[in-house]
Amino acid sequence: MNRPMLLTGGRVVDPSQGLDGPADVLIRDESIAAVGNDLSAPEGAEVVDASGMVVAPGLIDVHVHLREPGGEHKETIHTGSHAALAGGFTTVWAMPNTDPPIDDPAAVGYVRLAARAARGTRVMPIGAASIGQRGERMTEIGELVKAGAVAVSDDGAPVWDTGLMRRLLEYTQTFGIPVLQHAEDTALAGGVMNEGVVATALGLRGLPNAAETCMVARDVQLAELTGGHLHVCHVSARQSVEQLRLAKEKGLAVTSEVTPHHLILTDEICRGYNTEAKVNPPLRTEEDVEAVTQALIDGLIDIIASDHAPHTYEEKEQEFDYAPFGINGLETALGLSMRALVVTGRISVSRLIERMSCDPARIMGLEGGTLRTGSPADIVVFDPDERWTVDPTDFRSRSRNTPIAGWELVGRVHRTLVSGEIRFTRE
Amino acid sequence: MSQPRPEFELGKDLVGLEGLSGETITGILDTAEPFKEISERAIKKVPVLRGKTIVNLFYEPSTRTRISFEFAEKRLGADTVNISSVGSSVVKGETLVDTARNLEAMRIDMVVIRHPSSGAARFLADRIPSNVINGGDGQHEHPTQGLLDMLTLRDRLGRIEGLKVCIVGDIVHSRVARSNIFGLQALGAEVAVCGPRSLIPYGIEQLGVQTFYHIEDAIQWADALNILRLQLERMETGFIPSLREYNRVFGVTRARLEKAPRDTVVLHPGPMNRGVEIDSAVADGPQSVILPQVTNGVAVRMAVLYLLAGGVPGGAEAAKQESA
Repeated sequence: MNRPMLLTGGRVVDPSQGLDGPADVLIRDESIAAVGNDLSAPEGAEVVDASGMVVAPGLIDVHVHLREPGGEHKETIHTGSHAALAGGFTTVWAMPNTDPPIDDPAAVGYVRLAARAARGTRVMPIGAASIGQRGERMTEIGELVKAGAVAVSDDGAPVWDTGLMRRLLEYTQTFGIPVLQHAEDTALAGGVMNEGVVATALGLRGLPNAAETCMVARDVQLAELTGGHLHVCHVSARQSVEQLRLAKEKGLAVTSEVTPHHLILTDEICRGYNTEAKVNPPLRTEEDVEAVTQALIDGLIDIIASDHAPHTYEEKEQEFDYAPFGINGLETALGLSMRALVVTGRISVSRLIERMSCDPARIMGLEGGTLRTGSPADIVVFDPDERWTVDPTDFRSRSRNTPIAGWELVGRVHRTLVSGEIRFTRE
Repeated sequence: MSQPRPEFELGKDLVGLEGLSGETITGILDTAEPFKEISERAIKKVPVLRGKTIVNLFYEPSTRTRISFEFAEKRLGADTVNISSVGSSVVKGETLVDTARNLEAMRIDMVVIRHPSSGAARFLADRIPSNVINGGDGQHEHPTQGLLDMLTLRDRLGRIEGLKVCIVGDIVHSRVARSNIFGLQALGAEVAVCGPRSLIPYGIEQLGVQTFYHIEDAIQWADALNILRLQLERMETGFIPSLREYNRVFGVTRARLEKAPRDTVVLHPGPMNRGVEIDSAVADGPQSVILPQVTNGVAVRMAVLYLLAGGVPGGAEAAKQESA
């Protein structure tokens, strides 16, 4: 049995209970025992001073790539789950596009075992939607769920076959899990950056907004047909927001996420053939950034997810065409979101915590995302005013690929607790 | 000795014409003028690059550009080495940056690179101290082609400023188009493009370029047409239904050109598909400057090599006299 712990003097922000103000948090037996003012430390309790800090439910990221098995040169479950802690995340969902993909129960079990050994953040495996992620035959979804999978996805590639997508949205309903879709019409794909004047000037092949929106529109129709839970990954195009509005208006079980980078960066950052900014869906235009930002504020887009996609220096240090897509996001997600949304006055810290913790828990039906008495003591402690400069050499992630090296971000994680245990402390 | 013009500013490399000032481009074209004459001599040598080592690094097949560069280098007295992707360590999986560093370790002075990937020239230029000249990178730029097109236009029409130039054909995939757009605009020309919508890139109007979807309209508008090669591959990948139809709808034919309100100058960067984007009667006709383009290509490349090696605009004539 662990010692009780008292976090004192912090600003407790827990939108799930409407809390935002000075309070102490008492943790006992891995759970939240009490939240209130002037709590006294029980006999033998560890007292942690959180003054000047926000104390909030741990962040939840439903879209990360931990690369293991098969991509251990980029990231491992160990390094990725510690990068998550440093970013304030207490739960991450690991995408199954590894090598081999997570398409059978043994592979799901492997991810869980490796995660437990890592003693980092909570890692929940997403199972592949189709065998080998080939987009042909459904995986044994019931078996995957039994082994611990929390969702299915072919992320990295879209489920392009409309019939298969229909069956997935139907079949998953028995198990109450969502289908996570990387929305991209493959017939319109083949580009390497956003289609538009920047791609035209650089002579790079473009990915139009319509490549994403066509797929979102199709999938929304299938969600209506089937009643299944569709979760649209990393929304980037303003026209996709219109489809999500339609889905919300009809009350469909459609949810979606946006990445921090799509909330602030545009395709202009690709100039000079900056491969760190090569990501799919691509960084788009100011108009798109504004549209997805407003959609997140309005709740048409439900949550923020990082799409943490580590790649090595050698892989990114190539001609733009050959470099892989992806941005390393776990350790910058909070600071970049704060800079994009809170510093600019678009939303409050409380609303940001909602979008990064409470809402992911709510839409995915997870424990956590709350400091309610009896909940697991998954907590992030961060300084909401601290300005810091992104230095990728400090990353816990095995990779350092980020287009925002040298940027000043606002809001820095100082402690991350999983089940009442301090698993990350910033030195 | 003449001094460099204060506005003339060419950096270490020539990666593209985007961002170069009109003064800089004019400086390059002016420098090319005295070099034209050298190629007409019996002994075609001005040893201003004597002792310099230049590598022609070609990751894509090229005849015209590679030979043109090689003539330019040799006529300036440089030592040259040609590397093509076939038969080199490139096929063994060596990365571009490693190839470059190895060349660097052999103490070279300049690299001319041709590469199928947009941005490859810039990639190389940012990583090695040698001068890098872009001999065509993917669908990005082909700056010496743009320069020789402009030199040829200036020879024929006496100026660039105020000219209306329409680039015709596969704009999406064309590095020649981009270099022409950036270069011609810097010199004060109006630029348009013409072709099927499927071969015109999105956002091009934001570059200040007018668009025509009918070749007849382009011919009415333009002082000069720069007709691009249409690759067979574009039909196979579904951008257009057939080369035959392309010729019917967009081909520059004698009959179409006769309706022009003026003597339209016709350029083509080669190699031509006769009977597809251009008819022989036009290619070989009096309005064609296709062969002068090739001649000017050598002079322009001599000018670029000379300037990047530290020569000054206006200094070429003196250098030539000294060696004569």
